[in-house]
Amino acid sequence: MRKLLVTGAIAAASLATAAVAIAAGTTPHPPHKHWHFQGPFGTYDRAAAQRGYQVYQEVCAACHSLSLLAYRNLMELGLTENQVKDLIKDIQVPDLNDDGQPIERPARPSDRFKKPFPNEAAAAAANNGKAPPDLSVIVKARENGPDYIHALLTGYVPFDKLTPEQIKEFAVTKDDNFNTYFPGHKIAMAPPLSDDKVTYADGTKATTDQEASDVVEFLAWASEPHMEDRKRTGVRVVLFLLAMAGLMYAVKRSVWSDKH
Amino acid sequence: MASSHGTPPVFNNKVIAWIDHRLPVFSYLEKEYNTFPTPRNFNYFWNFGAIATVMLVLMIATGIVLATNYTPHVLMAFDSVERIDRDVPQGWLIRDLHMNGASFFFIAVYIHIFRGMYYGSYKAPRELLWILGVIIFLLMMATAFMGYVLPWGQMSFWGATVITNLFSAIPVVGDAIVTWLWGGFAIDNPTLNRFYALHYLLPFIIVAVVALHVIALHVHGSNNPLGIDPRGPQDTVPFHPYYTMKDGFGVVVFLIVYAGFAFFAPDYMGHPDNYIPANPLVTPEHIVPEWYFLPFYAILRAIPDKLGGVIAMFGAIAVLFVLPWLDTSRVRSATFRPIYKWFMFVLVIDVVVLGFCGANPPAGFWIPLAQVATVYYFFHFLILLPILGKIERPLPLPPSIADAVLKKKAA
Repeated sequence: MRKLLVTGAIAAASLATAAVAIAAGTTPHPPHKHWHFQGPFGTYDRAAAQRGYQVYQEVCAACHSLSLLAYRNLMELGLTENQVKDLIKDIQVPDLNDDGQPIERPARPSDRFKKPFPNEAAAAAANNGKAPPDLSVIVKARENGPDYIHALLTGYVPFDKLTPEQIKEFAVTKDDNFNTYFPGHKIAMAPPLSDDKVTYADGTKATTDQEASDVVEFLAWASEPHMEDRKRTGVRVVLFLLAMAGLMYAVKRSVWSDKH
Repeated sequence: MASSHGTPPVFNNKVIAWIDHRLPVFSYLEKEYNTFPTPRNFNYFWNFGAIATVMLVLMIATGIVLATNYTPHVLMAFDSVERIDRDVPQGWLIRDLHMNGASFFFIAVYIHIFRGMYYGSYKAPRELLWILGVIIFLLMMATAFMGYVLPWGQMSFWGATVITNLFSAIPVVGDAIVTWLWGGFAIDNPTLNRFYALHYLLPFIIVAVVALHVIALHVHGSNNPLGIDPRGPQDTVPFHPYYTMKDGFGVVVFLIVYAGFAFFAPDYMGHPDNYIPANPLVTPEHIVPEWYFLPFYAILRAIPDKLGGVIAMFGAIAVLFVLPWLDTSRVRSATFRPIYKWFMFVLVIDVVVLGFCGANPPAGFWIPLAQVATVYYFFHFLILLPILGKIERPLPLPPSIADAVLKKKAA
């Protein structure tokens, strides 16, 4: 019968190896990067997330909505109400006036982030038929979200750097954008970031990699603004339960002492 | 309750005595949860009934709170779940607990089912107790499936598409049934609305069947790791405080693991695609159900024929209903069944393998692997168990529970 166990173990091991082989596929795994918000005690890097907001606002927001967030949410990133008002003072949002006529008015902190297109059809029409995805929960909506988005934003390969095999295999033309980490490699989004695409107020050097990291920090926060709350609560809950378990075990032992 | 043990309790508190004389709830609690004689030799596998009950209550409690904040409309469902996460005070907590609670409810129930199989708890006179358990399992699956549809993400939508389409495999009336299930000619708002209504209803039906499960349990009492019946007071202990304490400890330990996931990896058991709003025009690359359905999903896909796959999948659960009669051995506990014991572990590995097959796209070697594992699953129940009971020579059973417990202590 021992043989059966051994057989089982071998089967399980070969299964695991096979799983790894399958996962390899054609799209490489995004390289793992350390993020400030990872791990059981990780928090959002406020400075990075604020810089990330700047990248979103100045670059991504031209095409990508962030519909689940309101400008007031930025106060959770450490900005004061006045700073938020200052940040959005030039943004005009659509509304209706008292006569029911459509108007544009300056954004208020209670407004949701302004959408770049009035509706999905308009977004699709302006982007070769496919609307750019909303970024509110994009970090949670991709496998290894933070690593993947960082890799995607920095993973463009210019046409003249591609090997002839790549060009042939993926049928890449001069007008296509080749991205190492995008499934199928041909991505509609042109390389959005480049060195010094934005100018950071805090003096941080705006390399492509830095911009990508910052915007991921911001989008990670956007997709789960309560993460720090969750982890803090979790630490308290687990500590309480551990103490409770210890107590319960002691009482259980003493209750059972006359039976063992 | 059919069991008649101990003398009727006397209540000193006049109010309690007055009520009990008219509605004997206190006598019932006293008899069934205080003095109830319970085998003294339970191991920690016997915690999982209590743990599953706690999870059921927790799911209903968190679910009702979620329902007060959720909008069952195809245009608003996704955002309303996100609103719970973002803007409802402590909403993220309730949603995390509910979302991960489903997984941990299934973990508890799967261990509970394994315990029932390993120690032969389904055998006479507990066949109906077992069957009620399988009904609970089925109801849980239906509830969980419909609950997963409610956030209206991509996996919600496409999972619902795959599962409801299974019924189209039924000859002649299949398509009509699917239209009826959907409430239209596509999965749309009527589907979401009815799934929401049923997702709210079914847990209370589960509670009712759990009540029957417990009533049936208390007729002959629990099985135990030795699988032999208690012969007298030396073999049992009163349920309280012995097992209330042991169950309480087990529940807290289980909650630690649950809290670990709910607070530190809340999306670990989910699928990233469900954070993409449902889009009927874009099919995800791989449609996978929640992890607890994967073995059954693998069985469904292992059969090249659609109707055959559906029959096999439902058959995989149907065999559990007749398990008490498929297992011909009169010895309950695997402890005394030298061959069955190993096959029980092989079955566990088989189900895990099926789970991996269900998680991976049906291509390459996953297809034959799933087919082999499916065949083995049915082989275990339909062929092995009936034969094994006849040819296996069980080890000698100990004369009594007390005897075995005391001998173990002396050793």
